Amino acid sequence: MLWVDKYRPKTLDKVLVHDDVAQNLKKLVTEQDCPHLLFYGPPGSGKKTLIMALLRQMFGPGAEKVKVENKNWKVDAGSRTIELELTTLSSTHHVELNPSDAGFQDRYIVQEIIKEMAKNRPIDTKGKKGFKVLVLNEVDKLSREAQHSLRRTMEKYSASCRLILCCNSSSKVTEAVRSRCLNMRINAPKEDQIVKVLEFIGKKEGLQLPPGFAARIAEKSGRSLRRAILSFETCRVQQYPFTNNQVISPMDWEEYISEIASDIMKEQSPKRLFQVRGKLYELLVNCIPPEVVLKRLLYELLKKLDSELKHEVCHWAAYYEHRMRLGQKAIFHIEAFVAKFMSIYKGFLIATFG
Amino acid sequence: MAPLLQSSQPWVEKYRPRRVKDVAHQDEVVRVLTNTLETTNCPHMLFYGPPGTGKTTTALAIAHQLYGPELYKSRVLELNASDDRGINVVRTKIKNFAAVAVGSGQQGGYPCPPYKIIILDEADSMTEDAQASSLPFSDHLVVNSNALRRTMETYSKVTRFFFVCNYISRIIEPLASRCAKFRFKPLSEDIMSTRIVHICKEEGLNLDSEALSTLSSISQGDLRRAITFLQGAARLFGSSISSKDLISVSGVIPHEVVQALLAACKSGSFDSANKEINNAIAEGYPASQVLSQLFDMIVESDDFSDEQKARICRKLGESDKCLVDGADEYLQLLDACSSMMKAFCNMPEGYSNDI
Repeated sequence: MLWVDKYRPKTLDKVLVHDDVAQNLKKLVTEQDCPHLLFYGPPGSGKKTLIMALLRQMFGPGAEKVKVENKNWKVDAGSRTIELELTTLSSTHHVELNPSDAGFQDRYIVQEIIKEMAKNRPIDTKGKKGFKVLVLNEVDKLSREAQHSLRRTMEKYSASCRLILCCNSSSKVTEAVRSRCLNMRINAPKEDQIVKVLEFIGKKEGLQLPPGFAARIAEKSGRSLRRAILSFETCRVQQYPFTNNQVISPMDWEEYISEIASDIMKEQSPKRLFQVRGKLYELLVNCIPPEVVLKRLLYELLKKLDSELKHEVCHWAAYYEHRMRLGQKAIFHIEAFVAKFMSIYKGFLIATFG
Repeated sequence: MAPLLQSSQPWVEKYRPRRVKDVAHQDEVVRVLTNTLETTNCPHMLFYGPPGTGKTTTALAIAHQLYGPELYKSRVLELNASDDRGINVVRTKIKNFAAVAVGSGQQGGYPCPPYKIIILDEADSMTEDAQASSLPFSDHLVVNSNALRRTMETYSKVTRFFFVCNYISRIIEPLASRCAKFRFKPLSEDIMSTRIVHICKEEGLNLDSEALSTLSSISQGDLRRAITFLQGAARLFGSSISSKDLISVSGVIPHEVVQALLAACKSGSFDSANKEINNAIAEGYPASQVLSQLFDMIVESDDFSDEQKARICRKLGESDKCLVDGADEYLQLLDACSSMMKAFCNMPEGYSNDI
């Protein structure tokens, strides 16, 4: 098992990083009065861990016995029937799904499943929880439509079903949905917190950590705990015992992008643009999300630039990323950004050095 | 269905006014509807106004007061954006409902006038969010309301429509002209405080005056929001709530964070601004909220010239639009801050688009 999973805290008491949030959640649950919840925060900050621990706190170990199902729905939409298929993860107490996978038909999923859950309401025997929990991932990627249809549904069925929503950026969740939930902001762990977790894992695994080694991993992780633990494990596989100056290897795609960045800085010509296109395609076919590529590219370029140019370059990065979101095919926009950058940079070089 | 635990009910529902005259701050509507209760005479209604001002509450309250709990189910049809599917469903639903004639006569002390009520909640969102869908939802209301127009007139003897929406401009003119229109005003601070104090008393909460004013200001006239915040804070922090607790529940960003960002922009150093932005994103603050708080600060500040303010506000608006389109938070924030920096340093504006 990967360390990320092995050392994932199973209960709210064992949570290391967001212990204050965990205590609050515990209070919520013991009062039997759980509202709808919206967890938001950057990736690798521990949203999912907290949700799983919360479910366990609510329903006991039964919440961990999950089965994966491919569910089919037939939705009657006026004149025609829509067939939908979606993978769900469910236990007797909760259902977890990723409605945005259904694309533009996500709204039917949301409505159907909530209504279905409301119908099969668990009978409460000893005044125990008479509700099920629906965990929706990536609500920020839900269409506006689906979000709108959520709002009244949330109110109507609140007796039989609680929603736990999980997303990266709460700006993309409509105000109407946000105002119906208790918002939980999960911030990315600070570097010293990451160090603490790494040391904890190191102790459990019986590893000798040279001083400052954990701190270096934490620094490279960009405040993502998941990433820190993964690269810690990678280091362990590469070389043990750890040495003081052991290289913490960056992700291969990051190296690749930094290569692209230096290519662009070296030469600005249509020929080079053509070469860069090949490399960009390489990244995209390997499923690196285009906005991540663009952001990383900007990061690499900003490192090498004069502060004079930074404003303009970041403006264009934002501009093309926005267009990419509106458009269909990402490669055009990334390439347009590269071309734009080349033009700006060349202009700058000519103006300065003649 | 098992009886609900009283505590598990959201306070918004628990303290929803059950009678029209309990609806706060909307005197005009209340007067007209109280009149309706006496005479049982009622036009089609169109309620519009910002969220959390009591539109749905009023519509539900009048329906309950007219028919009482027994007849309510058979006389009132409540449709909202969550329920309806296609235009056909809506059309047949409304038609079927409207077509059945009803008798009059008082029952159980309720007036029970000889017509039915159809409440179309969130009427404007039906059109707005339809584009993404494959169904002929676009113009949901427009198409539908053309059908509705006739329905309204044909069945006007036996039905009354209550439209509830946020933006009256999204309701087509022929529909609007058939209705008595009422605007729901955002709640003033006193009225909001009175309601909140009332709820605090019922729930046994301790709220000092500072927290009370914080609550009024962060909820911006939206009573539902205020009550939700209050309930959230009560659940997390127990019965005595400070203004800091409220801020942490509401998702408002602490003043210092935005202040630091603004200071970094003022310093003119791109890298320090970049660092602050990275920090804000890692802390999980939503970019749209950062923008709106930056906006408040800049408009109120005396440090900048009007021209600088104008430049910045325009950029903030553009970035906000991009965020709504789903653009990346970090990039948009960086772009907005870079423009702010340029405005502070009076650098020329804009970039040429030619390559």
